[in-house]
Amino acid sequence: MAMTPIIRIQREDFDLSAEIAALTAGRSDIGAVVSFAGLCRDEGGRLKALELEHYPGMAEAEIARVAEEAARRWPLSGLVAVHRHGLVAPGEQIVLVIAASAHRRAAFEAAEFLMDYLKTRAPFWKREHLVDGTTGGWVEAKAEDDAAAQRWD
Amino acid sequence: MTQAPTQARTVKLVYFAWVRERIGVSEETVAPPAGTETIADLVRWLKTRDEGYEAAFENEAIVRAAIDHHHVKPDAVITGAREIAFFPPMTGG
Repeated sequence: MAMTPIIRIQREDFDLSAEIAALTAGRSDIGAVVSFAGLCRDEGGRLKALELEHYPGMAEAEIARVAEEAARRWPLSGLVAVHRHGLVAPGEQIVLVIAASAHRRAAFEAAEFLMDYLKTRAPFWKREHLVDGTTGGWVEAKAEDDAAAQRWD
Repeated sequence: MTQAPTQARTVKLVYFAWVRERIGVSEETVAPPAGTETIADLVRWLKTRDEGYEAAFENEAIVRAAIDHHHVKPDAVITGAREIAFFPPMTGG
């Protein structure tokens, strides 16, 4: 069965349980669901919010390409990727990935693959807004994120 | 002479994050000079426009490019491109 990934870029928060329920509703072939939610940290009390800028159009297209690649590599029953943009406060959710498969191995690996690739390929940029009222700098890309994505090559 | 008047080839450029801030606009339509064939050629020309572009492409190896929503390398040919984007390394997720 062809698997159609669900990909959304949105300003609003998302409900992890509702997303899993929607993905698995009416299905009896799914044996494993792995979800990952990325949250905004306060960076030791320094951060008031993260501002997420994105490239509309390309963000959806690039995540779709990563999802297609995941579907080529693992036998998946479903995939969900939701990424927020705009201002996100510490404690709030930023990103969600759900991978479903008949067995756990594929679901675990596909979820991790999707996150690793999303971080280095999806056109999003974070800027810090600080508790002292100033706008901090743009968050710099981490070499460890590149390394995490490259291990799947 | 039957030569048709040469129409300047234009392309839409879009910029994000600190690349956008340094250049000062989020998008523009430009007509690169003849001979501008690759992303690297385009960057070389943009840097001559003013100090904002110069600052944005100060370290060319860092700035990423996309043609029509696909990531590309500096040697990518821009012929036929509708939209070219320049942005810093991505920090989503």
